[in-house]
Amino acid sequence: MDKKDSIRWTIGRKSTESAEFEIKDRTLIIHMKEDLDHHNALYIREYADKKMVTKNVQNIIFDFSQVNFMDSSGIGVILGRYKKLRLLGSGRVVVTGVCSCVNRILTMSGLYGIVDQYPDITDAFTHLN
Amino acid sequence: MNQEVLNDDNFESCPLIFDNEMEIEFSSLSKNESFARTVVAAFVSQLNPTLEEIADIKTAVSEAVTNSIIHGYRNTVGKIIMHCGIKGNEVFVDIIDHGVGIEDIPKAMEPLFTTSPEMERSGMGFAFMSAFMDQLDVESKKNEGTTVKMKKRIATT
Repeated sequence: MDKKDSIRWTIGRKSTESAEFEIKDRTLIIHMKEDLDHHNALYIREYADKKMVTKNVQNIIFDFSQVNFMDSSGIGVILGRYKKLRLLGSGRVVVTGVCSCVNRILTMSGLYGIVDQYPDITDAFTHLN
Repeated sequence: MNQEVLNDDNFESCPLIFDNEMEIEFSSLSKNESFARTVVAAFVSQLNPTLEEIADIKTAVSEAVTNSIIHGYRNTVGKIIMHCGIKGNEVFVDIIDHGVGIEDIPKAMEPLFTTSPEMERSGMGFAFMSAFMDQLDVESKKNEGTTVKMKKRIATT
């Protein structure tokens, strides 16, 4: 893959990192590294929105493979990005690597009505393109 | 002075004497949300709960603490008290703040109702608390604060 197509950013937040951002084929991949609660939601939201505007993002992948916990703040983040994406075009939001307790929250909230789930990022890409 | 006790039929009163209890007070900072979750999970672990039961309690505590931070204190710094008690195989968790209070509790508890859509709040906080815990009771007084009382029975094996 061409170097230009795949760039990774890391949000450094003091000594910890809450998420890594990667752009591949106009898809923004958000590798979350900590619990998706209100605290981390604020950072992810801010950085995702910046990248969406400046990098001409079409799709978003929320990679949950390193996340063991999510509360209703996470629903706000996903739903918010979905709405923004829909304003800009017809892109999709997908989630990958979801553990059972995150899956429960996503199911209960009804988010699977607008967001698809795939086992991993490679799988998500085959469905996005 | 006689005071009428409300909601006493939908929430079993907490036992006065717990088998074990603990209380912590922390600042209403968003970084303390994960701290509160971790503390409650560690305290409850003595009942040998399943991973799902732990996730239930952590989610409910996370929602209540987030509510206190965002809505109770409106992102100013106040103190939040978390009280946990264990009686038999039941866990009692109270989240207490001295923030602005809730004007209309039934309205606040409606799923999808939120006062801050611009902050991308989903309005699912209380819905999750009542879904993941066995009992939920909210007491609030304007400008005095809010107490969220929750109870969950841990299945014995």
